[in-house]
Amino acid sequence: MSPAHYLALSALLLCLGAAGVLIRRNAIVMFMSVELMLNAANLALVTASRMHGTLDGQVFAFFAMVVAAAEVVVGLAIIVQIFRSRRTASIDDASLLKY
Amino acid sequence: MSLFSPALLVGIPLVSAAVLLLLGKRSNAWGHFLGTTASIASFGVAVAAVMHLVSQPVGSREINQTVWNWFTVGNFSVDVTLSIDALSGVFILLITGVGSLIHIYSIGYMSHDENRRKFFAYLNLFIAAMLLLVLANNFLLLYVGWEGVGLASFLLIGFWQHKNSASTAANKAFILNRVGDFGLAAAVMLMFVTFGSVSFPTVFAHVGSAPGHTTTWIALALLLAACGKSAQFPLQSWLLDAMEGPTPVSALIHAATMVTAGVYLVARSNAIFDLTQTGRTAVMIVGTITLLMGAVIGIAKDDIKKALAGSTMSQIGYMMLAVGLGPVGYVWAIFHLLTHGFFKANMFLGAGSVMHGMNDDVNMRHYGALRKSMAITFGTFLIGYLAIIGVPPFAGFFSKDEIIKAAFEQSVWAGAAALLGAGITAYYMSRVMFMTFFGKARWQSGVHPHESPAVMTIPLIVLALLSAVAGYGLLHVINLEEWLTPLLHPTTGELPFNEALLLPGTLAVVAVGVVLAWFAYGSTHEIPVQAPRGNAFIRAARADLGGDAFNQEVVIGPGERLTATLVAVDEKVLDASVMGIADTFTGLGGRFRSLQTGFTRSYALVMVVGVIIVGAVAFLVRLS
Amino acid sequence: MSTFPWLTALLAFPLMSAAVVMVMPKGNAATVKRAAFGFSLVPVAIIAYLWSQFDANATEQFQFAENTEWIRGWGVHYALGVDGIALAMIALSVILVPVVIIAGWNDVENRGSGNVAEYFAWFLVLETFMVGVFAATDVFLFYVFFEAMLVPVYFLIGRFGGPRGAFAAMKFFIYSLVGGLIMLAALIGLYVISSRNGIGSFAYADLLGLKMDPNTQKLLFLGFFAAFAIKAPLVPVHTWLPDAAQQATPATTVLLVGVLDKVGTFGMLRLCLPLFPEAARWFTPTVLILGLVGIIYGAIVAIGQTDMRRLIAFTSISHFGFITIGVFVMTSLGQSGATLYMVNHGFSTAALLLLVGYLISRRGSARIADFGGVHKVAPVLAGLFLVAGLSSLALPGMSSFVSEFMVLQGTFLQHPVIALIATSGVVLAATYILVMYKRTMTGPVGQGVEVVTELNRREIWAISPLVAALLVFGFFPKPVLDVVNPAIARVMQQIGAVDPQPRVAVVDTKAGQ
Repeated sequence: MSPAHYLALSALLLCLGAAGVLIRRNAIVMFMSVELMLNAANLALVTASRMHGTLDGQVFAFFAMVVAAAEVVVGLAIIVQIFRSRRTASIDDASLLKY
Repeated sequence: MSLFSPALLVGIPLVSAAVLLLLGKRSNAWGHFLGTTASIASFGVAVAAVMHLVSQPVGSREINQTVWNWFTVGNFSVDVTLSIDALSGVFILLITGVGSLIHIYSIGYMSHDENRRKFFAYLNLFIAAMLLLVLANNFLLLYVGWEGVGLASFLLIGFWQHKNSASTAANKAFILNRVGDFGLAAAVMLMFVTFGSVSFPTVFAHVGSAPGHTTTWIALALLLAACGKSAQFPLQSWLLDAMEGPTPVSALIHAATMVTAGVYLVARSNAIFDLTQTGRTAVMIVGTITLLMGAVIGIAKDDIKKALAGSTMSQIGYMMLAVGLGPVGYVWAIFHLLTHGFFKANMFLGAGSVMHGMNDDVNMRHYGALRKSMAITFGTFLIGYLAIIGVPPFAGFFSKDEIIKAAFEQSVWAGAAALLGAGITAYYMSRVMFMTFFGKARWQSGVHPHESPAVMTIPLIVLALLSAVAGYGLLHVINLEEWLTPLLHPTTGELPFNEALLLPGTLAVVAVGVVLAWFAYGSTHEIPVQAPRGNAFIRAARADLGGDAFNQEVVIGPGERLTATLVAVDEKVLDASVMGIADTFTGLGGRFRSLQTGFTRSYALVMVVGVIIVGAVAFLVRLS
Repeated sequence: MSTFPWLTALLAFPLMSAAVVMVMPKGNAATVKRAAFGFSLVPVAIIAYLWSQFDANATEQFQFAENTEWIRGWGVHYALGVDGIALAMIALSVILVPVVIIAGWNDVENRGSGNVAEYFAWFLVLETFMVGVFAATDVFLFYVFFEAMLVPVYFLIGRFGGPRGAFAAMKFFIYSLVGGLIMLAALIGLYVISSRNGIGSFAYADLLGLKMDPNTQKLLFLGFFAAFAIKAPLVPVHTWLPDAAQQATPATTVLLVGVLDKVGTFGMLRLCLPLFPEAARWFTPTVLILGLVGIIYGAIVAIGQTDMRRLIAFTSISHFGFITIGVFVMTSLGQSGATLYMVNHGFSTAALLLLVGYLISRRGSARIADFGGVHKVAPVLAGLFLVAGLSSLALPGMSSFVSEFMVLQGTFLQHPVIALIATSGVVLAATYILVMYKRTMTGPVGQGVEVVTELNRREIWAISPLVAALLVFGFFPKPVLDVVNPAIARVMQQIGAVDPQPRVAVVDTKAGQ
């Protein structure tokens, strides 16, 4: 199979993720969408690695995974805290940090 | 260090002043003794030093002492060098001698003042600064003494600080003196640029090779300095207000010593003034204007101290006129400076004694008939009076006569002015004399005139003796002219008329003045306790001939407006423009912050749009 | 010379003592204060030792030198060393710190809020940076300290200052930061030039005598000068100083005006002139005019002030005009005078500000109109106030006279007219000081002035070393000048300036005799 297909899939996943972030209001779902985007990027990196015949992209993908895992830990903790104090996970309700 | 070390001379009063100021109240009990002893000790050193000079041959009458190197930078070097020569020798005797008498007098005069110790500390400080002024062997060290006496004068004029008028007068004196000091600083700087040195020997030795206009500028700058310190026109107005200080201060600083520093400066710099006719003429004009102005002011004042202050201005005008005459006049200026130091100190102290007996009232319209209740004061004041108006054989007769003669030798106008001044002097001094000691008693209620204690009358008697004999003594016994010849190189000129006419002429003018005063203020005349309005001339003289009005209109008023303008400019233009920049950014921030809505998804949308734009740009650029 | 890194010790000690002061038990404020004071005496001892070991006529420019590579890629060094000028300035800084600690002993209590340990710790931190900025012989390191000084001062003004302290601190900070950033740009430009010349270093010695075209030199000069002009401050970029002086505690203001502002004039002397001699010469007329305007403008505006602290701030602006003129007139008299002026102004303004601070803490007001007749209730205070004031107006016998005269005389050698106009500043100086003295100290005792009590022993102890220094250096400035003069001679040589000779050839070689 041509690597282009993988790239196309990656682009599709990224767009899906971005649409999810933009459209959905629930923090958990937004979070999952962000993960989707990250993994789309990972897919692209691995593909590129394959295309160039080097390991750089794969190494980078591992980095991204580790960072994503850490981010999930912190992010979920924040979301849980918000849910506990406000009884809602809607992201539009948490808009206090503004002018 | 030998007994007649110049450093010792300055050091004794300086250390005494430091001790009194540092110990503070702890030295209240004995402060006046220490101060007086220091002054007398300094007088002893001065006598020893001058005796030593006398014992030397004429060519080497000089004691030099370099105490330390003050500072050296590049090719500029100033030493703290003190030197006693014929001229400064005369001055140190006057300063410490009259100074000691006034210290003694002050023990009595200030006995009821809670700050008497501080007063003596300041007096000692003054003596030290004045000695430094006359002993300095370079112009920069002289400048230290010059401002030092200014400081002492400031402290003593404002001694009664609780009076607003006193502190105002003190400030006025200091600031007007600073205007003069500007001249001295300018002269010093010009000297260094020209000669590479500010020491007397170097400057005087090479002044001949300097360009003429440089010499003239130096001379004019020195004249400005002299005008400030010696209360000469146009910087004269501080002296009358300086009478706010305690009377011994007026006697010592504002009559006998400090105010004559300007005369000393010009006489000391005779090598410079000899080379510039313009400079000498300027000094002469200033002296002549001031001698007439001071005399006219003296006519109108009812305050005994201010009348005497006008007289001081006028007498210093005589000295300035004399030094402005050049080599024919220097010696007579110094001569008159000495005799004036005696008789004016005598009269100021006498006035102080009168005030002491009159509950510190200074208004002569409240005096009258005091000759009986204050016999000693009256007697000593009378001698001073005869001395100042120039009655032979009293001191002023000899010195003033010589100045009038020298003035006629140089210029008829200057001579005529000096002669006229002598007449006015006779008039206003007779007025003071008659209003105070003769006529009917016009005492305020509750005033019981009494003679002062011995500690005050003894200095008066000593000064009266000096006023009586100093003229003849200095001229014919000590031969001041010969003593000063190596430094001042006196010459004689030609009178434009027969010399035999001068003496009778002068005496006649003086007699006219006395007689006119007798008719106006003599015993038969009733003197109103309230001053009459007087004619325009008297009113102008009472207002110091517009000196203060001039300062107010030309300097203070515009100065205040300029200050107010600049303060407004600083706040409303400079600072406001800086704050305006800050406010602009604050405003912009206010506008832009409304973009921060707090909705995470709108931020995300912006990001996506941004990514698309960046991607599109990257793609398009790649294509082109 | 010993190899012990004395300058690093001098730098590190106050910083470490600040840390110790911060972790000390909070309960006992008196112990904290005593510790801070005790720590601040150690640098004084070190500088006294260094002064005794300093060889004014040594061949190398910087002594007690240390040099370690810091950032290799950029040619940045941790390089310290002092010449006579830096030594004098460091001495001034470390002497003033214990003085302000004693004088500010009860500042926090009087204010009613704030942490005592923090207040004194900031002073000690500031001391480290002040020493560093004068001792740095790497331009990058100089810049780092130059900017770092802002932090402790920001907190000292903002957290411990008056009601509008936060505003004044922000104004001071942003003003200084703008200058600092312009300087950073010039600094980078300088590095680029040095790289092109194949050196690629920030070390001061490497940057001297760089070849660059005149326009670049002018631009770089302006970059540095802008920072120093704001710091000094010169008119018209002075407006932060009156606000800062009004809002900060007097102890802070002493360090701010006494030392920090001197970094500006020190920088002109150390960096602007030797690094860019041609540009400096090209800009000299402009700078002299700026200085002259500062002298007259500062003095006149000072006369019109109603708040004593603002008044003193404006007098300082006037004095900085003198210093700037002295630096740029390019005669050894002018530059030595300017250096001495920096030291003397530090002492005399410190004395004046601390006394004003004592007055304010007693009366609760800084307005001149709220005083009057203080001499009656507190004669020692009034007397010392007069002495400090007389020093500010450069009365002969006070050290400030020597330096002011040197600056004026040095200026007269090159530009008589400028010198004469500057000399008229002495009349204005007499006016602003004596008018303030008269309104606050003399006359009948004003309403509410009865509460002004006499100075206590601690307050007198804080002032007396300053007054002693003013008097001693007035009559005997030799110790300072001996150290400063050779350093100035080197600066003169670096900028290729020579002192003019007397117009009339005087045979006698020993001038002054």
